Amino acid sequence: MPSNYQFDTAYQSRFSRVLQIIRIDPVLLFGLLMLTLAGLGVLYSAGDQSAELMQKQVVRLSIAFLVMLVVAQISPHQLYLWTPWVFLVGVILLLMVYFAGDVGKGAQRWLKIGVRFQPSEIMKLATPLMLAWYLSERPLPPGFRSLMISSGLVLVPTIMIAMQPDLGTALLVGAAGFFVVFFSGIRWRVLIGSGLAMLAFIPVLWRMMHDYQRQRVLTLLDPESDPLGAGYHIIQSKIAIGSGGLYGKGWLNGTQSQLDFLPERSTDFIFAVFAEEFGMMGAVVLLSLYAFIVWRGLYIADHAQDNFSRLLAGSLSMTFFVYLFVNVGMVSGILPVVGVPLPLVSYGGTSLVTLMAGFGMLMSINSHRRFLSR
Amino acid sequence: MRRSFVTDHSQISRLFKARAIFAGLLSFVLIAALLTRLGWLQIVEYAHFAGLSTENRVRLMALPPNRGLIYDRNGVILAENRPTYHLELIPEQVEDIEATLLGLGEIVTISERNIEQFHHSMRTHRAFESISLRTRLSEEEVARLAVNRHRYPGMDIVARLSRHYPQGATTVHAVGYVGRISEKDLNTIDVSNYRGSSHIGKTGLEKYYEEELHGIVGQQNVEVNAEGRILRVIDKIPPLPGNNLVLNLDMELQRTAEQALGDFAGAVIVMQPKTGAILAFVSEPAYDPNLFVHGISVKEYSALREGDYKPLFNRALFGQYPPGSTLKPFLGLAGIDSKVIGHREGIRCIGYYTLPNDEEHRYRDWKRHGLVELGDAIEQSCDVYFYELAHRLGINRMHDYLSEFGFGDKTGIDLLGERSGLLPSREWKRRVHNKIWYPGETLIAGIGQGYMLTTPLQLAVATSALANKGKKIQPRLLKEMRDTNGEITAMAVPSISWIKLKREERWDYMHKAMQRVLRGKWGTARATGWKLKGYEMAGKTGTAQVFGIAQGEEYDAETVAKKLRDHALFIAFAPLEDPEIVVAIIEENGEHGSAVAPIAKKIMDQYLLKDDAE
Repeated sequence: MPSNYQFDTAYQSRFSRVLQIIRIDPVLLFGLLMLTLAGLGVLYSAGDQSAELMQKQVVRLSIAFLVMLVVAQISPHQLYLWTPWVFLVGVILLLMVYFAGDVGKGAQRWLKIGVRFQPSEIMKLATPLMLAWYLSERPLPPGFRSLMISSGLVLVPTIMIAMQPDLGTALLVGAAGFFVVFFSGIRWRVLIGSGLAMLAFIPVLWRMMHDYQRQRVLTLLDPESDPLGAGYHIIQSKIAIGSGGLYGKGWLNGTQSQLDFLPERSTDFIFAVFAEEFGMMGAVVLLSLYAFIVWRGLYIADHAQDNFSRLLAGSLSMTFFVYLFVNVGMVSGILPVVGVPLPLVSYGGTSLVTLMAGFGMLMSINSHRRFLSR
Repeated sequence: MRRSFVTDHSQISRLFKARAIFAGLLSFVLIAALLTRLGWLQIVEYAHFAGLSTENRVRLMALPPNRGLIYDRNGVILAENRPTYHLELIPEQVEDIEATLLGLGEIVTISERNIEQFHHSMRTHRAFESISLRTRLSEEEVARLAVNRHRYPGMDIVARLSRHYPQGATTVHAVGYVGRISEKDLNTIDVSNYRGSSHIGKTGLEKYYEEELHGIVGQQNVEVNAEGRILRVIDKIPPLPGNNLVLNLDMELQRTAEQALGDFAGAVIVMQPKTGAILAFVSEPAYDPNLFVHGISVKEYSALREGDYKPLFNRALFGQYPPGSTLKPFLGLAGIDSKVIGHREGIRCIGYYTLPNDEEHRYRDWKRHGLVELGDAIEQSCDVYFYELAHRLGINRMHDYLSEFGFGDKTGIDLLGERSGLLPSREWKRRVHNKIWYPGETLIAGIGQGYMLTTPLQLAVATSALANKGKKIQPRLLKEMRDTNGEITAMAVPSISWIKLKREERWDYMHKAMQRVLRGKWGTARATGWKLKGYEMAGKTGTAQVFGIAQGEEYDAETVAKKLRDHALFIAFAPLEDPEIVVAIIEENGEHGSAVAPIAKKIMDQYLLKDDAE
């Protein structure tokens, strides 16, 4: 990629040289910083201007950026060597959750080892790592056998997480695995064919779902049927977004959010607060920021020098996109409420760390490029 | 068939690039889809969701009930609810509060205090809540504001009902007034029923019948638009208005009595002896109750409190006066009924009285009456006769008889805080003063002086019992309660007790004796009696000493300051044969009862002869 090389060398300032030494991609960093700053602004409004809440979130963000910095130092090769073990540990932890996990919010998804955390978060990274590890050593596009093994590697953690039940994380883990396969060059007809097979699988899935998940799907289809119960979130969220209009009601002035009509407004439904207070214009800017980050991720993936890096980078970027799409889709009422936070904006710690670790990997892939032989 | 695998690195790169581009495009398409969705919600359906957002701001509003009205017996309105206009602001809709306050200040007068209170309310209310800036706008101010309304978004002129007393000071001591609910009131009321109410009865009937007048609060859910205006009422439980009170008061008599009293301080009670109905309830001086409805200023209040003759003081209810000679008819009845004296028995009046074992101390009479019997003693108000009578009765028997007429006890009128007067007895003196009772004190009590105290209302009630020949009736201001449709919901039923004399004709002796006060040759009120036409009146004058006169000293009205002059009292009933009206008058510093007898005549003429006049 000569053009990129020229860009890097010709316009190197002292600052960018430092960034290169600590393996930070300034473009991606810019996008992430903009997004997290915007996120803090919305959180301030959504969290009733609580200084305590802000403080906690700033601490978490700092930790997350630190994790990103640390992960960025790990070369893709090193990552490649660790991958099977990370995946194995992740699956073992998932099994432990299944047998000995803490129950929180009606679902068994927490594991207590020193601190409470969700092993399923690890799988958001471990699954694409594992798939990339596996497929990068096969001939591409993958053959039937590779696809079967890949499917197994994706489905095992996905189903285990879905059974906890944590539909949102399962979706993200599944998506992460799927995108590795997608970037490996799976043939379109195979892709479409298995897609159709999945559709046929829906009735089976329906039967496997918990009542509250079914209820969520049902209330999505007809939220007005239970306006004070299951549909309340979606209705209030749609009112918040819709009443924001083109220009929004102004920061801290969203009546839906400020008068407590909007539930979970600092976590999963924070986008509704944003859309109410900053309107359509604000939403365009915010989504552009996400698109920018996704684009940069895909750019890094495209310029990666080995298949493992490529597949991993592509998958991580698209998973980030899925995160966004599912969250905004559910908050605006076109997708079921599956409990996916708005990445880097929603209040909460664990997903923040995994996300930033993923971006650390992207930065590592970007910065270690020229030191790797083809 | 074996698939041909692409093994060339550049080929893999190309394949991957294609996929990356596809993924990128997919992202953009899906983001576009999200934006389309947002556009649908935020632009196309904006009005709908903006409406829903405001519908979220549905508020539960208390609907205060309309306070019951108060009428006199002829339907003259004594207390009503009038719309008053208030200036309010909704801060959320006001762009520049300070500029708006300045601008409005040029249109209507807004005091520093108004602005201060407005800022205080702003801190304690939400931005979309309406906050009062000025109360009680004049019609001119309302018009000026209405014209300028478009210049001040968020400004509103709100109409509210507030209490008004069209009769002003004339009825204040009976009707009372309402005022803002105070912290103290909150402890005594059902707060939930007063959501939305700002006023509560403070004195008089307004306080006594507060529960009935107030009514029951209603509520409604209202939808407000983004400007905070009520767009529609979603549901509503209407309030139950308070009952209207129809009083026994006769506004014409009330006014006549008030005017007849002139500039004097005092009280006039006019009562129907048969029903207990209070026809007039006057205490002078009085004050305008409308001052209190919207909060009286400290200056105005202290002027009323400290003013000449203390207008806030309800003399009819709280005023305690020595009854003076008006007590004599009741004592006379006690004397002949207990047979300590015959009703034809003569007593020689030599102008003073001495106790058998204390010749030194002379109890004065105002005149030498010669030989008097009961009728003469009442007619001429002979003190010596009643000294002797009191001496024979003794204080205990006096106390027992007088208490039967209600002296020393509350009458049970439908007003709060009534005073009970003072009917002394041996036992009372020992209890309160820890002293023995002296025989001389019995004599003083015999002419209604000394410790004896009565309220004007007590005098009226006792006179009614006398006029009724023993049927003692509880006085009532309220005649009946009516709901808003005019249906009677409650009627006042006064309690009745009977004073039994051993022989019924003794009532007639006393009635006749009291007639002589007006008709007799020496009657103390003969100047009034001569003018009587169309009916016969029975009465008794009285004079209550404001300060004691030392023995041998002459009382000279000319040299005594007005405030130290004696109080004039007069009790009367008419017509003699079948009494329908009782009047009790106390005129402070009126000097002598005969001076106020014309007031009674004026009232009775108006009441008894009104049919003839028509």
